[in-house]
Amino acid sequence: MEAGSLRIILNAIAVLFVLGLAFGIGLAVAARKLTVKGDPRIDEIEGLLPGANCGGCGYPGCRGMAEAIVAGTGPVTGCPVLKDYSPIAKVMGVETGAVERKIAKVRCAGGLQEARQRFIYFGVEDCQAAQNLGGGPKACTYGCLGLGSCVKACPFGAMTLSANGLPVVDETKCTACGMCVKACPRQLITLWPAAKKVTVLCMNQEKGAAVRPVCKVGCIGCRLCAKNCPSNAITVEHNLARIDPQLCTECEICVEKCPMKTIKSEKKQERAAG
Amino acid sequence: MGLVTFKKGIHPPTNKGLTASLPVEELPLPSQVVLPLGQHIGAPAEPLVEVGAEVTTGQKIAEAKGMVSVPLHASISGKIVAIEPRPHVCGSMVPAIVIESDGADRLTPELTTHPNLDELSAEEIKALMKEAGLVGMGGAAFPTHVKYHPPVGKKVDYILLNGAECEPYLTCDHRLMLEEADDLLLGLQALMKAAGAPRGVIGIEANKPDAIVALKKAAAGLPVSILPLKVKYPQGEEKMLIYAATRRVVPVGALPIEVGVIVNNVATAAAFGRYLRTGLPLVSRIITVTGKGVKNPRNLLVRIGTLVEEVISYCGGFTQAPGRIILGGPMTGPAVYRLDLPVMKGTSGILVQTRAEVEKPPVLPCIRCGRCITACPYNLLPNFLGDYAEHDKLEDAEKYGVMDCRECGSCSYVCPSRRPLLQMIKNAKEKIRAAQKKG
Amino acid sequence: MLETEVVVSPSPHIRAGYNAEGIMWVVVLALVPASVAAVYYFGWPTLTIILASIAAAVLTEAVVVTIMKRPLTIYDGSAVVTGLLLALTLPPTVPVWIPVAGSIFAIIFGKQIYGGLGYNPFNPALIGRAFLLASWPTFMVNWVWPEGALGWAKAEALAGATMEAAGTAADAVAGATALGLWRQGITGIPYLQLYFGNIAGSLGETSALAILLGGLFLLIVKIIDWRIPFTYLGTVLLLAFLMGEDPLFHLLAGGLLFGAFFMATDYVTTPVTPWGRVFFGFGCGLLTMLIRKFGGFPEGVCYSILLMNITTPLLDRWTAPKRFGEVKANG
Repeated sequence: MEAGSLRIILNAIAVLFVLGLAFGIGLAVAARKLTVKGDPRIDEIEGLLPGANCGGCGYPGCRGMAEAIVAGTGPVTGCPVLKDYSPIAKVMGVETGAVERKIAKVRCAGGLQEARQRFIYFGVEDCQAAQNLGGGPKACTYGCLGLGSCVKACPFGAMTLSANGLPVVDETKCTACGMCVKACPRQLITLWPAAKKVTVLCMNQEKGAAVRPVCKVGCIGCRLCAKNCPSNAITVEHNLARIDPQLCTECEICVEKCPMKTIKSEKKQERAAG
Repeated sequence: MGLVTFKKGIHPPTNKGLTASLPVEELPLPSQVVLPLGQHIGAPAEPLVEVGAEVTTGQKIAEAKGMVSVPLHASISGKIVAIEPRPHVCGSMVPAIVIESDGADRLTPELTTHPNLDELSAEEIKALMKEAGLVGMGGAAFPTHVKYHPPVGKKVDYILLNGAECEPYLTCDHRLMLEEADDLLLGLQALMKAAGAPRGVIGIEANKPDAIVALKKAAAGLPVSILPLKVKYPQGEEKMLIYAATRRVVPVGALPIEVGVIVNNVATAAAFGRYLRTGLPLVSRIITVTGKGVKNPRNLLVRIGTLVEEVISYCGGFTQAPGRIILGGPMTGPAVYRLDLPVMKGTSGILVQTRAEVEKPPVLPCIRCGRCITACPYNLLPNFLGDYAEHDKLEDAEKYGVMDCRECGSCSYVCPSRRPLLQMIKNAKEKIRAAQKKG
Repeated sequence: MLETEVVVSPSPHIRAGYNAEGIMWVVVLALVPASVAAVYYFGWPTLTIILASIAAAVLTEAVVVTIMKRPLTIYDGSAVVTGLLLALTLPPTVPVWIPVAGSIFAIIFGKQIYGGLGYNPFNPALIGRAFLLASWPTFMVNWVWPEGALGWAKAEALAGATMEAAGTAADAVAGATALGLWRQGITGIPYLQLYFGNIAGSLGETSALAILLGGLFLLIVKIIDWRIPFTYLGTVLLLAFLMGEDPLFHLLAGGLLFGAFFMATDYVTTPVTPWGRVFFGFGCGLLTMLIRKFGGFPEGVCYSILLMNITTPLLDRWTAPKRFGEVKANG
């Protein structure tokens, strides 16, 4: 190798070395000088949070939640994803009771096969957009629009749109962060105790005569479920049955009695599948 | 010919040949009319009558509620059979007064005429606008009298009548200018007097030469000029029309009054003229029933409140199972899914497209061709606004002027990827407005 | 009541009579003259190069979208355009696996890796070419003159105007492009020969006539905007003049015309705003002349367009047009 080219190579290495050293020192000084002194508990709690930054807690990401917990403005149990809050409680030196695990439940069973469409919708694949356009294609003005805004909103990939045009929640992946609840323009999704398997899958508050023509599985407010419930867990208001999950014993009598098959039990489905 | 116009815009096929040469026919008296209390922008009117009452044509049956509102008049004589929520173009049920016809069309005895403008003061004319139930008849249905209460210190130089009719297919304003030129000019003079405007201008797209000639003849000797406009969409959009006619630019977020202009539709002026001459308030209007899906396309004079199905069956019904039914023009009119909707004060037409015309367009990603930018007359960047809207980046959307969009739809029209840009933009606007209301 | 369901969709309810697929095929059509010129000057093997490049691009696209479970996009014509553009930037001597490798790389790493059509920041065809130039440089600079095209050199040599030894004239020019020769100080190719394309160079870049035919066609049918090609070419002309070079030679030689009309006008990777396009064209022209004059390669069209592709988002942001009725921001 010629001496000239060797010198060029050495020069390049030297220049890079000096530059690297200068920038390194600069960064080190900046890190020292500009550092913000924070409560170390913030970092500790952030480490305990899931780190998915789903926003389900209402704070800007997990760091925001951690800051709020340390500042005392956010509840220790604020993260909807965690199942066990005791590590955070320990950091903060407080006690938490056992927290019931919840999952998202879509309260509509009227998919493409069961519910009538009043028109064919062409447009943006977004439930709110469809809702704004003539009230949406579904004849039932309470039911699921089936364009999957909740599916897109789910940060955990726990929701899929079935071939029947209804969102399906994967219970193993659902963390009850509540993003789908916010995304649904018809407020169809609720966070429901995961252990309770009997639910009313309808939100239609019209009288039965108005429900029957638009949906085969809509609640007609007939009260058969409420009358037959041995634990008084069901009330019918505005032509719509509601189950109080705290009182429900999952005896499934309502499931049997419901003439529209609006009340469904997943236990039953699991049994059938198993 | 040096026709005046605005910058940018699009050239959709006008398709006006279906009805342009057909004189206006009067639709036979409908058996019933449905009159929504909220046919206009603003507060709905309040009913003055009760179910069971007998009413006569032109009788006031609902009173304006507040400033931005107009009264409602019975468009036929007969009996009030219901005051209840009825289907509305917006998709939900809206309170409406339903009148069953007695077949006689008896006029209300209270009609008073005001053919002589010299006897009226500006304030009186403004009050009459409201009494006539006058709203913008080009589609927006904004109460007319509200425009005539400018902020203190604003002088009105021009009353600009919109006869552009830039929406494809529609010919109702074209026929109206030909057939009701005298009422139109009487109305215009009244509007000019109300605003204290020295001049009136009627802007007409050059594809209606007969209307231009007819109005020029009728306006001879009046301080009114007829202005031929280049055929381009959206020539009839308020701010574009003002720019074309006066070279004045209405600032973003401001009203035309800011540059000394008030714009009204030609149909609105004609309706006002008719009211002054005959005393009959806004109880009927001309609509264009057109499209490949209708057997006999026509220009019709219909009573407000006539149901769409009645109009369609008068026109011979559908040629085939309809693909899409639009109330108004194809660029801005809403598509509807039922026929028991009433023709309202702002309904300019019924357009029926066939199945073949509404094949579902596969939506592709934006290829950044820039056609929407070339088309947007407001100099917005619709492709970016659409992207921001799609990803809920509302702050960016607002920064790049999403609220200045006037929803002409030119961007969606030209998009080769068939992206529903206008719908995305409308969604973003709605979300931003909702957030503003909250916070 | 209605007996059948109707469609409800957002306004407008009418659409212009063209679509993205159609536009792509029109671009393919506009590239036909350049392709024909390539076959005319460099013989039938060039057709194999072109077809292999297109086939590889389309197949790669099909495989990738299938694996990634995206909708099948090969009918939108964009892969065909990429394959064809890439082929036309290659020397006529390349073995047939070169365009295949280039197309595969262009589709995967120039386009699909970013999410497919509409999302790629760089012109895929140029990414493919840059990849080939970096990986197999010997194949990529192996130029050849069309048969009988060197008459000018002999004439020049005999006249003794620019070359010293008459005997070596043909040998010296045989393996270089017009720009390569210019770098060595050899000039004198007749303009008309450059214009018709009877010279050494990449398949599609030699014939100015064929490129202008296609380019003007795209301008007339309003597929491309005049701003980028005109500012690009104008900048090169001006800079060549200022640098004391022959502007017309720089316009006609190399890949400038091809790049200006077909590469710098790619929708996805260039600015959308009118002024953004002007600056883009100017930047391309500036970089091209800088590379030609001072760079390591005699030709700089490919890299200057790729470099300007990076600036596209910024240019769009900086040149957002003033809104209609926008008053000066008061705060």
